[in-house]
Parts: sequence; structure tokens; C-alpha cells
Amino acid sequence: MSNTNATFPSASGGAAAVREYHVREHHPEQGTLLGFWIYLMSDCLLFASLFAAYAVLGRNYAGGPSGAELFDLPLVAINTAFLLVSSITFGFAMIAAQAKKLGGTMLWLGITGLLGLCFLGLELYEFYHLIHEGAGPSRSGFLTAFFSLVGTHGLHVLFGIVWLVVLMFQLAKHGLGAENMRRLSCLSLFWHFLDVVWIFVFTFVYLMGVLP
Amino acid sequence: MSSQHHDHHGHHGDPLHGHTHGDAPGVHYSLKDYTTGFILAVILTVIPFWLVMGNVLDPSTTKYVILGFAGVQLIVHMVYFLHMNSKSEGGWNMMALLLTIVLLVIVLSGSIWVMHHMNANMMPGMGDAAAVTGHGNHDMQ
Repeated sequence: MSNTNATFPSASGGAAAVREYHVREHHPEQGTLLGFWIYLMSDCLLFASLFAAYAVLGRNYAGGPSGAELFDLPLVAINTAFLLVSSITFGFAMIAAQAKKLGGTMLWLGITGLLGLCFLGLELYEFYHLIHEGAGPSRSGFLTAFFSLVGTHGLHVLFGIVWLVVLMFQLAKHGLGAENMRRLSCLSLFWHFLDVVWIFVFTFVYLMGVLP
Repeated sequence: MSSQHHDHHGHHGDPLHGHTHGDAPGVHYSLKDYTTGFILAVILTVIPFWLVMGNVLDPSTTKYVILGFAGVQLIVHMVYFLHMNSKSEGGWNMMALLLTIVLLVIVLSGSIWVMHHMNANMMPGMGDAAAVTGHGNHDMQ
């Protein structure tokens, strides 16, 4: 509101100037979320190229093991469950934040972060297991494409967790002000976006990779 | 202050004003949305896993069915988790999404199409290599 008092006297002239005031007051908030959305769309294109590479190389086994021999579907199902549940716990964090309940927000964010860590842990275990069996990224075109795609998704989750921890410190220090709500909204978009990408990873890579 | 308030209301019909009225980010996070989305997402995840792990349908049909489920789940996540609608951010979210979908279709269908043809054209020269690979797989089984 202090902004209003500063600009209003000079704006008393016409509707155009008043309009400018609205732009100044509201757009930064919208601008951040829209800008972040555009970043996510560009990230979509990054994943699209990796999916395209997997679509082209996914059956080039070079005499090595195939997806049907390597993939452990129960493990993937558990990983999928971790990510899906972490999506709804993030939703609970957003609902708590909206109700200005700092404790609830922190609790749900913490649970979300732990679920993300479980996801990453299982994925690293899977990677370690594959490399240990001699099915590392350099074994065949299929495995190169697999490790690039799933590894890039895993890196995104890792950065999501780092962001989440940093944001929890911010929340503890500054509470649920407008800035932190904006940051939470962006992280919420990011986290749900990663879950959307995972839908296609488990469908296209794991489930379809097991089919002959 | 009162005149200013009055003026504020005077421009309520302003088209620029319409979508920028919220004080917080324009999304309302509701428990109902998240639980609906979560239940739908669980159903849409469990069915494809069951189809593949239980060998319910024949593989070529399963492939298309699970892709269909992924497509539906994508829409569920967008509506209930990402809170997408045609009006969010004054329609610009949707515009960016549509542009991305266009680029995505071009990148994906283009690479698969081109690479499929290159593979097909390479086949005569690769005959031996393919035979060796087939043999290798056979040995492994």
C-alpha cells in the first residue's frame, strides 16, 4: 500500500497512469510464476530429447542384456509409490502454508524431502546394481540412453531436495511471507513436474522395456 | 484514502484488472483437489503395472494401453497437482504449454521417423551385424 501513496498523486491525471500502477503492484508475483513455468517447459524439451534418444536407441542391445533381463519391476513400483506419495505430501504442505500454519508446512515438507531421499536411494541402489552386473552406461546404446534419461531425472530430484532443504531454512527464519509463498509455489510446480516426467519414465522405459 | 479507494473501484471493469486481482499467487490449494488427484493417479499407476507384471493382455496391445493410461495420468496431474486451467496466468501458461507440446511432437515424432528410415536404409550393409547380434542373444538364453 505504501507504493500506492507514492505513485497516486502523479497518477491522478488519467486512466493510463492508473493502469500502470496496477501493473507495478501485481505483476512481479505473476511474472515469477509464469517465468518459472516457462523454465519448466524448456526442461520438458530437455526431457523430450532424452526420451527421443531412448526411443531411437532403446532396443540397441549390442549383444548385451535387454530391459526385460535387467529391470526389477517391483523395485520400480516402490519407487513410483515414493514419488507419488511425495506429491500429495507436498500438496498437504501447500495447504498448510495457505492456512498460515508454519509447523504443519515444515512437517509436510520434511516428509516430502524424506520420500524424495528414499526415491533417490533406491534409484542409486538400482544403478549400482546394474553397473556391478556389468550393465553400465558404456555397455550398449540402450544402457547409455537409459542412464542419461533416468539419471537426468534423478539429478532433478536431487536438486529439488536441495532446494526444499534451503527453503525450510528460509521458512524457519522468515516465516510464511509473500516471498516464501512465492518460492513454495515455484517448488510445488517443480516437484509435481518431476512426478509428471516420472509417469513417462516408468511407462516408456520400464514397463515398455520389459515387454518383448 | 477514501477517494483513492473509490478510484480503485471505478476501474473494476478494466480488462487489465481482471486477472491480477489476487493478493497471493492465483492458485487456491484445496484438500479435495489433492486427494481426488492422488486417488486417480494411484488407480492410473496400478493398472499399467498390473497389466505388465501379470501378463494380462498380449504385449502389442499392452503397449498402447499403458501409453493411454500415461496420457490420462498426465492430464490428471496437470489439473489436480499443477492446477492448470485455460485461465491461469491470464492464459499464458496454456500458451506456453501448447507451444511446448508442438515442439515436443516435432522433436519426438521427427527423430523416431527419421531414425527409423535411416535404420531401414542401413539394413542391407548391416545384415551380418544383425545376424551376429541375433546369435549373441540366442546364446545368452
